[in-house]
Amino acid sequence: MNRRDSLKALGLSTLSAGLLLEACKTDNKKAAEETAPATAEAEAGRQPFEVERDKKLNADKFFTAAEMATITLLTDIIIPKDEKSGSASDAKVPDFIEFIVKDIPDHQTPMRGGLRWLDMQCLNRFGKTFTDSSKAQQIELIDLIAYPNKAKPEMGQGVAFFNRMRDLTASGFFTSEIGVKDVGYAGNAPNKWTGVPVDILKHYGMENVSA
Amino acid sequence: MSDLQIKKSTTTYDVVIVGSGAGGGMAGYVLANAGVKVLMLEAGAYFDPAKDSQQLKWPWESPRRGAGTTRPFGDFDAAYGGWELEGEPYTTKDKTEFFWFRSRMLGGRTNHWGRISLRMGPHDFKSRDGLTDDWPITYDDVKPYYDKVDRLIGVYGTKEGLENEPDGIFLPPPKPRLNELYIVQGAKKAGVKIIPGRGAVLTEALPGNKDRGACFFCGQCGRSCKIYGDFSASSCLVIPAIKTGNLKVITNAMVREVITNKEGLATGVSYVSKEDMQEYQVNAKTVILGASAGESARILLNSKSAEHPGGLANSSGVVGRYLHDSTGSSAGGFLPQLMDRKRYNEDGAGSVHIYSPWWLDNKKLDFPRGYHIEYGGGLHMPSYGFGSGIQNMNGMVPDRSGNKKEAGGYGASLKDDYRRFYGTQFGMAGRGTAIARYDNYCEIDPNVVDKYGIPVLRFHYKWADDEIKQAKHMQETFQEIMHNMGAIYGGPQGPETNYGLEAPGKIIHEVGTIRMGDDPKKSALNKWCQAHDCKNLFVVDAAPFVQQGDKNATWTILAMSMRTAEYILQERKKLNV
Repeated sequence: MNRRDSLKALGLSTLSAGLLLEACKTDNKKAAEETAPATAEAEAGRQPFEVERDKKLNADKFFTAAEMATITLLTDIIIPKDEKSGSASDAKVPDFIEFIVKDIPDHQTPMRGGLRWLDMQCLNRFGKTFTDSSKAQQIELIDLIAYPNKAKPEMGQGVAFFNRMRDLTASGFFTSEIGVKDVGYAGNAPNKWTGVPVDILKHYGMENVSA
Repeated sequence: MSDLQIKKSTTTYDVVIVGSGAGGGMAGYVLANAGVKVLMLEAGAYFDPAKDSQQLKWPWESPRRGAGTTRPFGDFDAAYGGWELEGEPYTTKDKTEFFWFRSRMLGGRTNHWGRISLRMGPHDFKSRDGLTDDWPITYDDVKPYYDKVDRLIGVYGTKEGLENEPDGIFLPPPKPRLNELYIVQGAKKAGVKIIPGRGAVLTEALPGNKDRGACFFCGQCGRSCKIYGDFSASSCLVIPAIKTGNLKVITNAMVREVITNKEGLATGVSYVSKEDMQEYQVNAKTVILGASAGESARILLNSKSAEHPGGLANSSGVVGRYLHDSTGSSAGGFLPQLMDRKRYNEDGAGSVHIYSPWWLDNKKLDFPRGYHIEYGGGLHMPSYGFGSGIQNMNGMVPDRSGNKKEAGGYGASLKDDYRRFYGTQFGMAGRGTAIARYDNYCEIDPNVVDKYGIPVLRFHYKWADDEIKQAKHMQETFQEIMHNMGAIYGGPQGPETNYGLEAPGKIIHEVGTIRMGDDPKKSALNKWCQAHDCKNLFVVDAAPFVQQGDKNATWTILAMSMRTAEYILQERKKLNV
């Protein structure tokens, strides 16, 4: 089988493969459309129990509306919109977090308890929940838990919660279309790997290194 | 259950093969192509990578973004199953540990493996230190089959002329990624031999094969390949064998035992169908087990009869004994030199680009045998876990203005850090020889059955000082390599974790439970992997291995299975089986 036949077997003409390569660099949405034939048979290669499980997880609801509002605020504090890309909530990170805590139940108690811990801190300090606190108050509290090395020992539980929030937000954001494009991942497309590009080898002084 | 009955087939096949992975797949391929009528029983579902692979999906196409919730190696990984299967337990004895990975599907565990394809060397078959039993065969006996496997399936690599790392017939290897060039530099400076990887991926079209496409470098072999550009037992062996018209596969067929007659010969196997939960028996002139080292031993031990009271092929009592998995310990870090690196497609091939074959002389060491090191790193596709623990990284390097940064954080500057660190990470993993020991074993648990009523395996496995010292040496080596690379990394793992030594079974290289040997009192199989006690019974998975080297088992399974299948063809001609 030659390369052209290989690509055909993948459901890609050489033209669309070319487009795919281009699309990766410029517009991930286009790339998703190009791979649409693959999603048409989304159940292929999935075990029945996995399909059932996903259905059930999607139908279940874990977080309350109030909790989701706090999660949304937190994810956007962690990954805000900037000149390069949208915010965590633009990339639907809160929805991802709702799914993943159902998928990996070990997240549930630390998340639920952490959100309540955060609200209690705000109630005690500001007389309001986190979401009802002012922007300045929210940041005042976050500053107490966002820096593990300088956080006070009594904020340890908050640090652990914020570390988890930060990790889940990063996972959700950088695996979204927006995030993959933002970070500049250039693969997942047919190509011929011939080694690190010459200009990059030169830049790092690696021209003469080989295994 | 009143209507439950055993459905006995009236057909007699030439051969029935249990299992469709590397061993069963290869035996089926050889026999079916020679015109033998073969029935293959697979305990799991049908799987054809051309239709079922998750290749080229984007992370957002998985609701869990590739997390390994239902599949240990991630949501897109091809392998069904894992270390735990619902309704199919196993137990351990004397508070020891063993983790048994099972993949119930066509192609078995060839669906997810790293495609790392290493031959065992002359000293792996016949030891120099006399510490373990020799194989009843030598490297020279197996070499012609390794050669044929190379030509049939395809493997990349380079000719190096190393004594115990035999060269094969190689396709060109993929070049190292940028991070891997730093690893090469660091390893060489530490005196650690490092060479191009050896992997079962078609970096070029395979001469003479029209059914398989050449690799297009998505780096996703673990998802299995839609154009059959890598080796899976399904795409390269079983599906082509079905096309001969001589091989029939029954999936979801969970084998209970091998049936024997009054002469003690095998007459077929019994199985439960997972589809209708009915009981079946099929007849064959020859029975081949390729169900995996654990599962084949389980079937034999469960096949008790008046002629074989201790289980089939077990008059020696060695079935289940000498179980051994490779050792494994790992390390990783990041390269601050690669912060803000330029982006390009660095997916490469889905097997290792570089590795270190064992390079030292044991006379100067406090442990026997050795290990190889597998390496990786680059601009990989983001998935669940991306950027996690950044608070352990971003305080260790200056920010864009050259100032020290407070670890952790949030906001635009944190968002920028994720970009800056992308592609800086790398990892390395040692895989070493564990000594085959009589006291590491699996047996039938006297009290426990699975949901099909089949008695389950109970494991007893302990690492000894030999393996722990080897892991310690791995950790020390990793530290030196990472230091030489100019990397930022954590300290070595110490005695509290056995130097990072993974629990037995975690490396998924378990072998040795139905060992070969010339002496029927000390082994279950002869040098053709034919049972001493039952001449029409053969074993073609990793169970016959007497002593595994540090090399991953698959290429040796393939070569040995081909050798056994050709022996069966000869014996059929002589009307011996």
